[in-house]
Amino acid sequence: MGKSTVTTKDDAQALFHSLRSAYSSTPTNLKIIDLYVLFAVFTALIQVGYMAIVGSFPFNSFLSGVLSCVGTAVLAVCLRIQVNKENKEFKDLPPERAFADFVLCNLVLHLVIMNFLG
Amino acid sequence: MAVPVDNLTKPTPPSSTLRFAFGNVIAFFILLLIGVLAFSIRLFSVIKYESVIHEFDPYFNYRVTQFLTKNGIYDFWNWFDDRTWYPLGRVIGGTVYPGLTLTAGTIWEVLQSLNIPLSVETVCVFTAPVFSAFAAWATYLLTKEVKGTGAGLTAAVLLAMVPSYISRSVAGSYDNEAVAIFALIFTFYLYIKTLNTGSLFYATLNSIAYFYMVCSWGGYTFIINLIPMHVLLCIVTGRYSSRLYIAYAPLVVLGTLLAALVPVVGFNAVMTSEHFASFLVFIVIHVVALAYYIKGILSPKMFKVAATLVVSVGLVVCCAVVAILLAVVASSPTKGWSGRSLSLLDPTYASKYIPIIASVSEHQPPTWPSYFMDLNVLAFLVPAGIIACFAPLSDASSFVILYLVMSVYFSGVMVRLMLVLAPAACIMSGIALSEAFDVFTRSIKFYISNLSEFLQTDAGDTLPGNNVSPQNEVLKNEKKEDTLKERPSRKNKKKEKENIEKPSVKSKTEKRPLVLPVEASFFALFLTVLLGGFYVVHSVWAAAEAYSAPSIVLTSHSHDGLHVFDDFREAYAWLSHNTEVDDKVASWWDYGYQTTAMANRTVIVDNNTWNNTHIATVGTAMSSPEKAAWEIFNSLDVKYVLVVFGGLVGYPSDDINKFLWMVRIGGGVFPHIKEPDYLRDGQYRIDSQATPTMLNSLMYKLSYFRFVETDGGKGYDRVRRTEIGKKYFKLTHFEEVFTTHHWMVRIYKLKPQKNRIRGKTKKSKSKTSSTTPRSGTVKKNPWH
Repeated sequence: MGKSTVTTKDDAQALFHSLRSAYSSTPTNLKIIDLYVLFAVFTALIQVGYMAIVGSFPFNSFLSGVLSCVGTAVLAVCLRIQVNKENKEFKDLPPERAFADFVLCNLVLHLVIMNFLG
Repeated sequence: MAVPVDNLTKPTPPSSTLRFAFGNVIAFFILLLIGVLAFSIRLFSVIKYESVIHEFDPYFNYRVTQFLTKNGIYDFWNWFDDRTWYPLGRVIGGTVYPGLTLTAGTIWEVLQSLNIPLSVETVCVFTAPVFSAFAAWATYLLTKEVKGTGAGLTAAVLLAMVPSYISRSVAGSYDNEAVAIFALIFTFYLYIKTLNTGSLFYATLNSIAYFYMVCSWGGYTFIINLIPMHVLLCIVTGRYSSRLYIAYAPLVVLGTLLAALVPVVGFNAVMTSEHFASFLVFIVIHVVALAYYIKGILSPKMFKVAATLVVSVGLVVCCAVVAILLAVVASSPTKGWSGRSLSLLDPTYASKYIPIIASVSEHQPPTWPSYFMDLNVLAFLVPAGIIACFAPLSDASSFVILYLVMSVYFSGVMVRLMLVLAPAACIMSGIALSEAFDVFTRSIKFYISNLSEFLQTDAGDTLPGNNVSPQNEVLKNEKKEDTLKERPSRKNKKKEKENIEKPSVKSKTEKRPLVLPVEASFFALFLTVLLGGFYVVHSVWAAAEAYSAPSIVLTSHSHDGLHVFDDFREAYAWLSHNTEVDDKVASWWDYGYQTTAMANRTVIVDNNTWNNTHIATVGTAMSSPEKAAWEIFNSLDVKYVLVVFGGLVGYPSDDINKFLWMVRIGGGVFPHIKEPDYLRDGQYRIDSQATPTMLNSLMYKLSYFRFVETDGGKGYDRVRRTEIGKKYFKLTHFEEVFTTHHWMVRIYKLKPQKNRIRGKTKKSKSKTSSTTPRSGTVKKNPWH
């Protein structure tokens, strides 16, 4: 039993190292987008924690706050997919076009959020 | 579409682009004609009757549109209507789907600003045909994404004429489905376009189109459950791609937000079970995306280690989350679903628990012949379309197949949802017909080119061999390009090798892939055109005869010409001219919308049926004897009672035929009304064998008061086909004020209470002036 836990710990460490090394080879612009996604998700978690403490009234504000964070995270992931050079399906999509779509979608999202925020 | 470049059959490239451009121009004109066709086939009722709003629900939408155009959008958004559901009122701003009225209001505003003075009624009557033209164009776009331009045009022309869609979108049927079907097809088109191109721009448009759909119809839950199902299907069958993520994830976030913006939906967008499927699949697609990403950056061995680690940890977390969710959902009595959705999942639910939903005729399951009546030829073209969709299975064609299967199930539950099946059936049939046409015309072209090549070789051409091989190359190119375009999966590489080998073998021996003998193809082409002819004839007949009746005006042909029964409008006009503005009118809920819209009087219950107890109160009053009914109506401040009676002319949808539903709904809330009291041996009768409770009920009395005067003492009811039971009686608490020309609508006024009671004291309950015989048992009346 002990041997298997040791091997699982070893496996976990080896996994962690290989993940780290594979990730460090991604280009910087993608890393920036990943950081932005993490920031958005973190903000959403803070809002959920705040709601758990204070209560969910007014519900529409809570919903719009959380969904705006989740929405920007999702849109950033879509941008990362489209800009990633390793992605074969999007190799003839100019990154400026991808960014323009990203901005447009964010605009619509935030318009709706501001309307729903109350 | 692949354009084969071939030096010998087409000498110069510009002519192939010319042919391409010519094809585009023809497609554009065909689309224009399809729009005109869709618009004009729905105009039969305007020609046969007049430009009038049909049925019951459209009158409410018309009244709301009138209010919107008169008072502007802010008043409309905050409108509290006190002329209906007296004394409760109704919050119109928060309980109506605003899409249809806002659309018609906008069209009216635009036309007014252009100085085209169309009345609001005209705009309302013609909204549905205009939007059906748009729906046909949206079907073209959707099917073009799935299969190509030919299939798109065929599907569009089929949708323009399908009787099921015509039935809910004739000129005058100003109901939610008129714009909702267009929004549905357009949303699906944008979803498929996003799936095919992976562009975030189309994803944004998709969300906006979904918002328009949520505004328009309660059936938007179909979209928000079908798309997650399709995403799940794609993931499970191994067709996950990053385009799927881009198509789905922004739609969920933006779509939920936009749905929550509409007041009718509000927080239901995140709290009811109808939307949970989308959130579940949202989580699933993120997990799958993460898994694919990690698989992409790790080596296979490490990935296996990661997988085992994640599975063991994740399973525990997943079970915990699912347990919490189940506990939350199970704590609510309906498991979080609304009544209508539950009746869709369990067709027997409504008849057991909610009699109102069960009583609406549109909510009954359809009969088998109605499938053929509403879809005609499409009913057996659809399976051929399914096979054609499988021939190269793509994301888009799997979506259309799923859409068809789901809509077939739901149309089997409720006849009203045949409307959702119609676009799916048209798309499938369009694909099937287009594929069939492709095969036939390809055979004929192949035969003709063979013939010309044969003639050329006869005339002593220099290089006969060259003629043969480019031909095969053409076919091989076409086949390869077809397979390349329509099989974007891992199987592609294998099949490519196979295809390259096969035609090179074939070019040496036979040269006949995918063609039929030419005589068979000519005959089949002729038969297919004939099939289309049958469809057109049936659709036009259905539009003209079956689905163009406005229900507010009835006609009948007899030996002395055409009779027009305009009794409803006669009665509403009498009400609006001969009663005070604040008078309350009680009738069964069917006529509520028409009474508020046309007669402009306050009603007690109307077609919205949101308050079951209030409807049960009116039902109880209609089923009780005169005095009890008078008490109930007096407590509601009612002045006039309206009943619809078809016995003189044979109009079968009158109140006596609906009476048992009044008893059932009333009995559901007030237990002293029992349905067996009104039936003799389980049979519903109104003749001399009817039960005394039935003969004493208010509905019987108000319908048959003075009826014997019409045919000299016999009192023969043309709908029930018997003579009535109680022929001569007087009314003690009501007085008749108006009966229309054909006795179809009868209006009574409540008699005011007597000032002095002769003889007996106030405590006694018997009335000396009553001439009706007492019923056998004394029932406990909750109103005393």
